[in-house]
Amino acid sequence: MKKNFFYQLLKNDAHPITAIFHFTGGFSVLCCQALREMTQPPFYWKLIIREIYFIGIQSIFLVCITALATGCVMALQFGYGLEKFGGTLYVPKIVSLVILREMGPVFTSLLIAGRIGSGIASEVGSMQITQQIDAMRALGTSPIKKIVIPKLIASMVSFPLLTLIADYVSLVGAMVICNNELGINHEYFIAKTIETLRIYDLTTSMAKTVVFAFFISLTACWKGLNTEGGTQAIGNSTTWVVVTSSIFIMISDFFLTKLFILTVYPPP
Amino acid sequence: MLLQIKNLYKSFGEKKVHSGVEFQVQEGEMLGLFGTSGTGKSLILRSIIGLETPDAGEIIFEGKNILGLNERELIPVRKKIGYVFQNGALFDSLTVEENLSYPLQEHTSLSPPEILDKVNDLLEKLDLKGLNDLLPNALSGGMQKRVGLARVLILGPKIILFDEPTAGLDPSNTKRLINIIKNLKKTGMTGIFVTHDIPSAYAITDRIAILHEGKIRTLDTTEKIQNSQDTFVQKFTKNSA
Repeated sequence: MKKNFFYQLLKNDAHPITAIFHFTGGFSVLCCQALREMTQPPFYWKLIIREIYFIGIQSIFLVCITALATGCVMALQFGYGLEKFGGTLYVPKIVSLVILREMGPVFTSLLIAGRIGSGIASEVGSMQITQQIDAMRALGTSPIKKIVIPKLIASMVSFPLLTLIADYVSLVGAMVICNNELGINHEYFIAKTIETLRIYDLTTSMAKTVVFAFFISLTACWKGLNTEGGTQAIGNSTTWVVVTSSIFIMISDFFLTKLFILTVYPPP
Repeated sequence: MLLQIKNLYKSFGEKKVHSGVEFQVQEGEMLGLFGTSGTGKSLILRSIIGLETPDAGEIIFEGKNILGLNERELIPVRKKIGYVFQNGALFDSLTVEENLSYPLQEHTSLSPPEILDKVNDLLEKLDLKGLNDLLPNALSGGMQKRVGLARVLILGPKIILFDEPTAGLDPSNTKRLINIIKNLKKTGMTGIFVTHDIPSAYAITDRIAILHEGKIRTLDTTEKIQNSQDTFVQKFTKNSA
């Protein structure tokens, strides 16, 4: 009876449990293949640079706009919230810490997951259903080397740098709002920010985004490579990647924060 | 013997597609592979090039069983076996010239001018001169198929697997493509020609194999197949023609 239950479960591809096993297995295999092939020639440096341009450079404007808005809103919210308790002067400390440790990496990654995750899934998915991936293999080249590895490396390079830019722009936004709305001048804001922040705040923030980048790019590639059907399947893959990546970012952020609290951040 | 398929088995779940497929291809020979839809003709080609893994059997190419080789070990084999996809499968973000240069850039140490010379030479031979900078979506179906064939020919493979190359083509483009393949055949090219287009197959093949219920039901010279009195063969070829 039990054997029959598991057999039926594994036979049903649409069942959520089977889908989780399918994804976990497929993701792990792709991960191993990518890490193994990353060390073997040929290396496609030009493709990596091209991907850095698409993933990194072309996302800068988007990241800056969102980061600026986030910094401004946070300064406003904390400013008016803390005013009741006479804590307005703590805004620079709180805002800078929240931006660097949480909002910067998480917001940037969520944003890029939407832009890049969906882009990769639809690009690779359409290559898969039009047999371009098969053609690549039939011509004696590896889709992992030509597609997956450049996107993976480019994401892992671009995400931390974009986060760095986002952190900076957010802080500038917060500083402007503090000055114009809360009566906290630039000098005070900068002094308090420098006093509060430590280098590990920045490194842990960037480390988080490397993990997010690894997951988002590999998940998008895996889903793209496993797309079957027509144009609707590409749409479904795209949606699936954005949703899965966003969930992963939020959940893994909790565990990474906990890990950093236990290992990197000094006790209060 | 250039290629031998021995006792090939393949199932998808409970559906058996191949149950003991066997045939051989001699050097310089063009073998036609017929069969109704879903009998696994394309699957045989995909198995030969390593895009699918059969459940059992042997695929012996140049005296060596290539079944079970990993992707890395398959690279030298794939350089010698060309696969012409049904829809061309051109890289849609690359121009015609870049599509043709791709295999040379990957597998040879030719300089860019040498690559360009080879590309232009082949484009001229396949009546595609001057299309270098066009993207695949700007080409007609017939042109896409010829570019797909050119991309395969550029590495000089020992055998070419044609997966329904005339499917979806108008009579004039079909004739043009068949003439190109005929000319290639005159140069001693070896190939397997999967098709539903019986007249085209009669024009270019030396032998024909008919796949039925997972096995090669009939394998004979094209002439004998054309004149066969076997009811199954007659029914098949006349229905398809």
